[in-house]
Amino acid sequence: MKHTISVLVENQFGVLARVAGLFSGRGFNIESLNVAETMDPTVSRMTIVTSGHDGIIEQIEKQLNKLINVIKVHDLTAESHIEREMVLVKVNAEATNRAEILRIVDIFRAKVVDVTPRTYTIEITGDEDKLEAFLKLLKPIGIREIVRTGKVAMARGG
Amino acid sequence: MKLTGAQIFLESLVREGVKHIFGHPGGVVLTIYDELPKFPLKHFLVRHEQGGVHMADGYARATGKAGVVLVTSGPGATNTVTGLATAYMDSIPVVCFTGQVPTHLVGNDAFQEADIVGISRPCTKHNYLVKDVNDLARIVREAFYIATTGRPGPVLVDLPKDVINAQTEFHWPEKVHLRSYNPTYQGHPGQVAKAVDLILQSRKPVIYVGGGAILSNASPELVSFATKLGTPVAPTLMALGAFPMTHWQCTGMLGMHGEYQANMAMHDADLLIAIGPRFDDRVTGKLDEFAPCAKKIHLDIDPTSIGKNIRADVPIVGDAREVLRQMMAELDGRPQELEEFKANIQEWWAQVRKWREEHPLSYDRTSPNIKPQYVIEKLYELTGGDAIVSTGVGQHQMWAAQFWKFDRPRTFLTSGGLGTMGYGFPAAVGAQVAFPDRLVIDIDGDGSFQMTCQDLILAAEHNLPVKVAIINNGYIGMVRQWQEFFFRRNYSQSDMACQPDFVKLAEAYRCAGLRATKPDEMVGVIKEALATPGPVVMDFQVEREENCFPMIPAGGAHHQMILPEVMPS
Ligand SMILES: Cc1ncc(C[n+]2csc(CCOP(=O)(O)OP(=O)(O)O)c2C)c(N)n1
Ligand SMILES: [Mg+2]
Repeated sequence: MKHTISVLVENQFGVLARVAGLFSGRGFNIESLNVAETMDPTVSRMTIVTSGHDGIIEQIEKQLNKLINVIKVHDLTAESHIEREMVLVKVNAEATNRAEILRIVDIFRAKVVDVTPRTYTIEITGDEDKLEAFLKLLKPIGIREIVRTGKVAMARGG
Repeated sequence: MKLTGAQIFLESLVREGVKHIFGHPGGVVLTIYDELPKFPLKHFLVRHEQGGVHMADGYARATGKAGVVLVTSGPGATNTVTGLATAYMDSIPVVCFTGQVPTHLVGNDAFQEADIVGISRPCTKHNYLVKDVNDLARIVREAFYIATTGRPGPVLVDLPKDVINAQTEFHWPEKVHLRSYNPTYQGHPGQVAKAVDLILQSRKPVIYVGGGAILSNASPELVSFATKLGTPVAPTLMALGAFPMTHWQCTGMLGMHGEYQANMAMHDADLLIAIGPRFDDRVTGKLDEFAPCAKKIHLDIDPTSIGKNIRADVPIVGDAREVLRQMMAELDGRPQELEEFKANIQEWWAQVRKWREEHPLSYDRTSPNIKPQYVIEKLYELTGGDAIVSTGVGQHQMWAAQFWKFDRPRTFLTSGGLGTMGYGFPAAVGAQVAFPDRLVIDIDGDGSFQMTCQDLILAAEHNLPVKVAIINNGYIGMVRQWQEFFFRRNYSQSDMACQPDFVKLAEAYRCAGLRATKPDEMVGVIKEALATPGPVVMDFQVEREENCFPMIPAGGAHHQMILPEVMPS
């Protein structure tokens, strides 16, 4: 099963290597990994999407906690939380299908952020289901390139 | 007053209480070496950095204090890796300082540059690259703190040349503040109570002791706890000495070459009270068939150890010593149940005793050749067992573990987790540095010894009276044994009959060398070695194809031990 783990780490060089090395060295999976500074500039947040049975997830959490530079590990999966990912998609945009693309973009509340004579580049943000549905509709039109940020996530409420 | 990085570094070591350094200089650390004579630190010039780390490791295992290593960049640093990995696998506090090329050259493939922080990341508890001389004192302090607290382990600190040469005010941080590192020492009271419930309900309990009991200095508590309960106590290789092996409750060592009664007791137990082990595969054998009927209480300071290989019914995160005290306090509140418990386990003891009588450790005592087990028995007897013993890796290591009855913690130094041949001799040197007046014996293999024997010269130079007993079978014997059992006696590349003359080798290194080729020469050689001041190498030419029993084949279960066929005793 997929798990989204939020990890607060010291904002220092080498921490990403420690986390990545932990996953590769112990044969854990990384589906996506996302890092950026938090409100406190000495702390960064990593959002890691991983998968494995309960025993593996338990080990991943414990092993992350064991790293000296890791401040807090929080598996968001079990509780109510919000997940978002942003995707940039470059699609073929010929005169014949421009209208349809724009219609899909509108329905999904996505945005066209770049236009060339033959392509649209679209920006879309959402959860996994929404992004999958969107990409599925664009596929027959001709996707040239996709760039994804990986997920970020936050627990709901206070 | 401003100090240089080199001065700050050495002053920090002094403040940490360091007395001994195992090191080898080179280009980027010359400023440190230039300052070294001004500080109250004794430096041992190791002939190979790997040996230097093993020395620091042996020093740490024997004392409980961190061992310190100082080496240069590049090859000096990479030579430490085996030593670091050895210390890491056995959770030994070693602090290793490596020189590094100047910061502006880092990443440029400069002369003698190696990314030792990257290389050592998976085999250290933590490591640092010091980028600013203002961080140096704090980082040294943190390195020692991290190495010696919680689950101990090696820490590496990489010191670029420009940082060593830079100047700043010296501020010694009295306190270490690490918001992201707070080991748990006290056990959760609810879990402790649950554990005691399980113990008091059990009929066939075994206390399964791991290296954590030694690392947390929990021996006195373990002895009180175990004698209070009166249950069998089964130590792993890493725990030998945590509970006296001559005590009637001790089953002898567990695991692949453990004693019959110990492994059978584990297999049949209805409860394992695990004190700081990590359920390593050399102990558990086949996981699905490991202690199939037993509930498991697992006490460990490292949460990752718990539930990694085996599901624990009652996990307790905490320090062995603290939690044993907590469990005893809980037991003291339930005297009635404790009496019933003791009566309830009598049947279990009858069974365990039967196993003990059926298959005690044994070997053929009528052989015209020197039996390796006999060497160890005699060494034990003639020293009264009062020694610190280290080993290499192989058959001799297992025989030492079986036939030497360790009664005190921190007297058996062996590479359990990584199984590093070449560990024994330098580890003995490290222990001897820490305890110049104690008897330190390296029970070594002819193969293992040859991996790190160049530091014989260091022992001679400093008159460190380490006694080396080579169990010389002319084979990398454990490999040969596996080939005998599992590869049709095809002794591919395990025959090492072509050897140096170990007596001459010792002499070339300014040590004494002695040899025994027949059983009746043995006692004389041992007595002479013990009477000789300074380092001595004893070459015991033993029965070449002796096998180490019992043996659980890899992937086998505890009750599937291979026992010796003939057992005249
Ligand atoms: C550095 C290293 N290389 C290889 C091995 C694999 N190995 C395990 S035991 C052993 C045999 C060791 O021979 P020796 O030191 O003579 O001990 P013996 O088994 O003969 O007592 C070997 C090669 C190891 N443990 N460590
Ligand atoms: Mg040998």
